[in-house]
Amino acid sequence: MEHFIWLIPLLPLGGAVINGIFGRLLKEKSGWIANLTMFVSFILSLRAFGLVRQGVTFDGNLFEWIVAGKFHAPFGVRVDQLSIIMMLIVTGVGFLIHLYSIGYMHGDPGAGRFFAYLNLFIFAMLMLVMGNNLLLLYLGWEGVGLCSYLLIGFWHEKESASKAGLKAFITNRVGDFGFAIGIFIIFSHLGTIAYSQIFAQTDVLVKAGVVTAASLLLFVGAVGKSAQFPLYVWLPDAMEGPTPVSALIHAATMVTAGVYMVARFNPLFSLSPTTMAVIVSVGTFTAIFAATMALVNKDIKRVLAYSTISQLGYMFIGVGVGAYAAGIFHLMTHAFFKALLFLGAGSVMHAMSNETNIEKMGGLYSKIKITAITFMAAWLAISGIPPFSGFFSKDEILAKAFAYHPIVWVFGTLGALLTSFYMSRLVFVTFFGKSRVEPKVEKHIHESPYVMTIPLMVLAVLAVIGGFVGVPELLGGNNGFEHFLAPVFEGAEANLHFAHVSLGLEYGLMGISVLMALGGIWLAYLMYIRETISADALANRFHRTYTLLYNKYYVDEIYFAFIINPILAFSRWLWNFVDSTVIDGIANLLGKIFILFSYIYRRVQTGYVQSYAAFLVVGVLAILAYYLLQAF
Amino acid sequence: MHGIPISYFLILSAILFSLGVIGVIIRRNVIIVFMSIELMLNAVNLTFVAFSNHLNNIEGQIFVFLVMVVAAAEVAVGLGLIVAMFRLRETVHLDDIRLLKW
Amino acid sequence: MLQNILFFVFAILAVAGAVMVISFRNPVYCALSLVLTLFSLAGEYVLLLAHFIAIVHIAVYAGAIVVLFLFVIMLLNIRREERAPGSIKYMVYLGVPLGLVLLYELVSIGFREFTDVYVKATDIGTVEKIGQALFSKYVLPFEITSILLLVAMLGAIYLSKQKLEIVSK
Repeated sequence: MEHFIWLIPLLPLGGAVINGIFGRLLKEKSGWIANLTMFVSFILSLRAFGLVRQGVTFDGNLFEWIVAGKFHAPFGVRVDQLSIIMMLIVTGVGFLIHLYSIGYMHGDPGAGRFFAYLNLFIFAMLMLVMGNNLLLLYLGWEGVGLCSYLLIGFWHEKESASKAGLKAFITNRVGDFGFAIGIFIIFSHLGTIAYSQIFAQTDVLVKAGVVTAASLLLFVGAVGKSAQFPLYVWLPDAMEGPTPVSALIHAATMVTAGVYMVARFNPLFSLSPTTMAVIVSVGTFTAIFAATMALVNKDIKRVLAYSTISQLGYMFIGVGVGAYAAGIFHLMTHAFFKALLFLGAGSVMHAMSNETNIEKMGGLYSKIKITAITFMAAWLAISGIPPFSGFFSKDEILAKAFAYHPIVWVFGTLGALLTSFYMSRLVFVTFFGKSRVEPKVEKHIHESPYVMTIPLMVLAVLAVIGGFVGVPELLGGNNGFEHFLAPVFEGAEANLHFAHVSLGLEYGLMGISVLMALGGIWLAYLMYIRETISADALANRFHRTYTLLYNKYYVDEIYFAFIINPILAFSRWLWNFVDSTVIDGIANLLGKIFILFSYIYRRVQTGYVQSYAAFLVVGVLAILAYYLLQAF
Repeated sequence: MHGIPISYFLILSAILFSLGVIGVIIRRNVIIVFMSIELMLNAVNLTFVAFSNHLNNIEGQIFVFLVMVVAAAEVAVGLGLIVAMFRLRETVHLDDIRLLKW
Repeated sequence: MLQNILFFVFAILAVAGAVMVISFRNPVYCALSLVLTLFSLAGEYVLLLAHFIAIVHIAVYAGAIVVLFLFVIMLLNIRREERAPGSIKYMVYLGVPLGLVLLYELVSIGFREFTDVYVKATDIGTVEKIGQALFSKYVLPFEITSILLLVAMLGAIYLSKQKLEIVSK
């Protein structure tokens, strides 16, 4: 495996460099280069997957990157069951999205730059999931953050896009700060940042009493990167970027980095029940919180953004209760159906001349059938309708959550109801019912080209059958996914204690969640297709709640008032007082001192020859004195 | 019967040299400055001759000879310069000739 | 004994002349004081048994150089020197101390080294000896000085010339 494994991340890097340098020349052909690197990386990942299935794992270094005293950071990868799943998702879904982008970015003058950034992102993400030490993880972590910034603000002429990019980057940095401190704590106690050594020495951290602190700080990074409360505010704004970016980065890969990180560090996290409890709480709260905002939003992409935040909450519930395999399972199925939803939304926007307001859509089913059907496949998956993939993964999480604490299950199921409701609302309002499309847009409605619809179809198939790898024993499956990942989570299993849930109870819980999902769909049907319940009447009756939700709980405004503006004011004071007055004053003072001296020295230049002669004599005297004194 | 100690000559020469230096620094009239320079040259000549006697070496006196020749040439050219400058400026006072400070 | 007295006589005359050179306001008086100094120095040279040098000293310096000085003083009609204006008159306060310090330094060397050495009887100051040296060992410098004088003459002529008017006839 050693021989080809390095190509997997390095090929996209090469693609990024080529497109970065020659992008302007190549224009749209840059897309083919990017796709080529992705395809080859995917094939190689498949090959590695084959090897891992046979039990071959790999943890080795290519070269020594940094050696500084005791600090030792190699450039190396760890390919085990967990990372291979992530690699397949990144390269596979990534490849499909690259293919889609060729169609989506057709005609855009910055296409070369786009594909360079996209490949660069893949490289960073792969380093994140493949790296075998904390520094490479951090490298990938920051790298994906950077690429996210670049791609969100891709159309940088648009002010809202640049601001959104900046918001994403800065909010991430807040999380990364905590993350870095967590890394420092680990290094200062263990003297190493390599996974293999950290996992072997977790007892040292326990004895030092820093396990909770370190794991909590690492989780802070995850809160920023995976858009959990309170650092989620960047994700909805990130929808300013091109839709493939939203699909790849903000649905399938980058935002899942936090979940991956917690899963990867399961030996550490499982030693701190406090941190686990925090993770579960944050995940649960975020799941519900975001879902409520998705209920009333009118922008097709933003509904999906809040949905992503909510589903990430579910994944954190999964890893938080100790069901790491379940969390990763949901990560995978989510990658399929959320990427599909975003790409589908992009396809709808493509047909609708870039309109995103769902109130201006409707009745599109007959006009863009492929998009509609694939979109609906994802809708059923995310709502948790069996036998679609989302059902299996979400159910696994909910079952384990109940074993952790029933209240978590209650909120999780409530969230499932909300999820199916808002997704159904989105589908019904966009594709069915009366057409509210503006006439001049209506003329141009057309299905997207093959290069865009084929990825949609592939992802739809995956969204449907993707769950079959993890069918639990209760339903007659062999739970293949969980068994595959078992070796990675062995260390944690020893520390976790799952309450026992009786078989009957499990079936019952499963049944309730399916009922909730169906209920949400039916409710949306009544409101938006049959219109027996009027959405507007509801909105008016619960007028204040509606406004609160529609304005996203005014969180952005609160942040601005209490955090951002005070910091800006402080910075302004620093600039005006400290920098302008104090520091410039000191620098100017130095200058003034020299000018003062020069006033004095200028007197020497008298132009009067005899004074020069006098100075000559003074010099001679000095020399003579020196010799005289020597002789003494 | 001893004779004159050489050091007396050296001291005399030192006195004359110092007076010459004072003259160069103090006087404003350029001709008199020139004369002070001649005074300095003479003091040095005296030193040379004194040492030539002490070391019983003729080179000292040869050198004095050459110094005198050079002094003569220098005076000739220098006074020519002063005449030319006088024609230009109508003055021989050094403080009016301050071109070095523009 | 006689020599010592003569030395002091000449020495006092020389120093007096030098002081007068740097003090008098009238340039002609200064020139004449310079002549006094030069003659006294010639006497000193004789005391050092450097006869040739003494004679040449009088002929060149007192006979030619001082005459030249007087010529120029008369030509340019230089009057008495007035008091220095402004701050320059304070140069006295700068120059005299400098000169005195210089004197002190030079004298301390003189006193230290050569207190027991006396003027010796020797014949190297005679015309024969100097002539022999000049025309054998030092003939090159001798000849070069003649060129030097030629150059000086050219320089002096050029510098003090009036503008020539070329009249075409």
